[in-house]
Amino acid sequence: MFAAQLPPLVASLFSLVAIASLLLSFVMLGSRWLTDYLVAFAAQSWLIACLSAAIGYYGHFPELYVIAALTALFRGVVLPYLILGIIKRLDVDREMHERLSPSACLVVGALLVLFAFLISSHLGQALGLSGTVAVLALTVMLSMKLIGFLMLTVRNEALSQILALLVLENGIFLGSQILVPGMPLLIELVILFDLLVVVACFGVLVRFLLAQTGTSDASRLRRLVG
Amino acid sequence: MVPILLGVILLAPLGAVIGCLGIRHPRFVELLNLAAAVSVFLAVLVLLPLALAGPYLFWGGYLIVDPLSAWVLLSVASVYLLASIYAIGYMRSSPDRDLYRFYALFAGFGLTTLAGPLMNNVGVYWIAIELTTLVSTFLVCFELGRESIEAAWKYIVIVSGGISLALLGIIFYYWGGSLIVGATYDLTWAMLRHVAPQVDHTIGLMSFLLVFIGFGTKVGLAPMHTWLPDAHSEGPAPVSAMLSGALLNTAMVGIVRFIQVSDAAQLGLMPRTVVVSIGALSLFVAALFITRQTGIKRLMAYSSVEHMGVMALGFGFGGPLGVAGALYHMLGHSLNKSLMFFGAGNAMHVFHSKRIGRMHRVLSRMPVSGLLWLAGAVAITGAPPFGLFPGEFTILRAGLAGPNGWAALIMLILLIVIFVGFLNHFRAMYFGHAMKPRDETRHVPDRSAAERHEPLSGWCLVPMWLALIPLLVLGLWWPQSFMHYFSAIATELSMGGSP
Repeated sequence: MFAAQLPPLVASLFSLVAIASLLLSFVMLGSRWLTDYLVAFAAQSWLIACLSAAIGYYGHFPELYVIAALTALFRGVVLPYLILGIIKRLDVDREMHERLSPSACLVVGALLVLFAFLISSHLGQALGLSGTVAVLALTVMLSMKLIGFLMLTVRNEALSQILALLVLENGIFLGSQILVPGMPLLIELVILFDLLVVVACFGVLVRFLLAQTGTSDASRLRRLVG
Repeated sequence: MVPILLGVILLAPLGAVIGCLGIRHPRFVELLNLAAAVSVFLAVLVLLPLALAGPYLFWGGYLIVDPLSAWVLLSVASVYLLASIYAIGYMRSSPDRDLYRFYALFAGFGLTTLAGPLMNNVGVYWIAIELTTLVSTFLVCFELGRESIEAAWKYIVIVSGGISLALLGIIFYYWGGSLIVGATYDLTWAMLRHVAPQVDHTIGLMSFLLVFIGFGTKVGLAPMHTWLPDAHSEGPAPVSAMLSGALLNTAMVGIVRFIQVSDAAQLGLMPRTVVVSIGALSLFVAALFITRQTGIKRLMAYSSVEHMGVMALGFGFGGPLGVAGALYHMLGHSLNKSLMFFGAGNAMHVFHSKRIGRMHRVLSRMPVSGLLWLAGAVAITGAPPFGLFPGEFTILRAGLAGPNGWAALIMLILLIVIFVGFLNHFRAMYFGHAMKPRDETRHVPDRSAAERHEPLSGWCLVPMWLALIPLLVLGLWWPQSFMHYFSAIATELSMGGSP
């Protein structure tokens, strides 16, 4: 296992990056401003790109440099640019009626991280990997997953939901870089491309939403029940 | 021979997409899509016996043709063909003029659903499933009403979120395997099965659960089914048929293949018990919502939840009988649900409403199509002599013989509840008296409204016949060659759940 045999300095570098990305998702949880979400997401993507490059360097996976460049390009530049376009067109800059206030979200988010840590330390013990960076990667991956789902449930603005979905994917991406750096290149490429398509689809949908309902507040969508 | 057929299956819809976008003439695009559907269907028919000779790999191992994928292709291709015929009649009656957009999306949807079962690489399979969501979202909101946008939004958010869990599960599993065979290996189904016996049980179980929930969201198993009634009821009728009869099966393939992997990993009874419990829960939720349903297409959508639950039970019970029953049920459900959605589309066209309460004396307003629809309703509840009865009966037998017999009993009870609840709606629509006495006075304007719109075109009737006749044949005669086919699939899946 690659992550278990790293020199301590490198391992702590990876841990630093992973924890920084986790903190950035807390920035999203603790804010109501859409641009904050966007900046946090872009920064997170850049961190993940750095992580890919570092893993490529230390683990001798040259194809990860390609992934790093594409991550920085797609997730760090193109996606935020597309979403910024949607924000400008929508003319909303903040979450209006969240179901859970940002401070309460932070508390729930912290509990979710605790839960994720319990699971991953259990897994780590089962595999004899406790104390390695792998456990931390698992924790961050699961936490970002849970935080993404938390954002999906408590945020109503259409754009927050798109960004929440992107956080879900970022979590998987970050975890997979550390846990399975040898994953076939094609898969990661196609997943990157897939994200672009997802956001394009969402952009079109948001425009329809705005044209039909006059708002991008997804909580107004509650006619279909039963 | 097989590569040529594969080429036809994948390139014909692709050609239709390009053709529809290039030449936008409305009559041309509908025929182009139909031609693609017919050639796909014929190619699948020829492919079916050839696939029995074993798994073929193409394109560097990215495409796989084995009996399971060929069988799923058969149900997908049948629905694609039926829905393409129906769409010609249905979409003409809608005022929309940009038909080329509809048919381009429709052929694209056909392409992605056909491609899904053929994917040998688990990651690419995941992407194919994700692409089906993206394409069909725009078909769901094609009519651009407020409700259809709501349905499309819920659909894409819930399904993308859910399916990302499947990706997480796949990556977990890959990680578990990489601890054994080294950092890089092919992410194929065969390879997952190969590493399975050594994968740590905690990782194996966790990734199975994540994948099951992820693809289960797409299959529409309760409690992840919440997008399904909205998306199925708001899209145009041919799209609903495709969603229900084709798309759900494509996603089911992932679950089936992962059950196979978890069998190889010797995780014990736990994975199967989870599948069976979720299947039973889907039946339960569907039974509740079917009995108190007011919208005609939502009724059909909840019936899809029910049948996906039945299929999950079949695959969960496993063994030659369970697999055979579930596969037989898959084909029957695809044909039958198409028939039901076509009937619902015709009824909505005639009565100008989606509400069951507004539909009275269906037979006097649409005699032929009403009769076909009624037969379909009897069939979809699993009554003999139609195709779903032998499938459900076989699944029940498999369940009662296996360790999860309780689920078979629950299934039996809930199927009876659904039978009563579902057919009660049809009794009210066909033979019931109108709720309000006022209806007699409104009778005259009703008639004039009926005369104002044009009668149902033949395009809307032919696919109903084409669905009902094979359904009747399947109900009366279970071909011996099918049994060979199913036992080949069961051996291939080497499921050891129950005898």
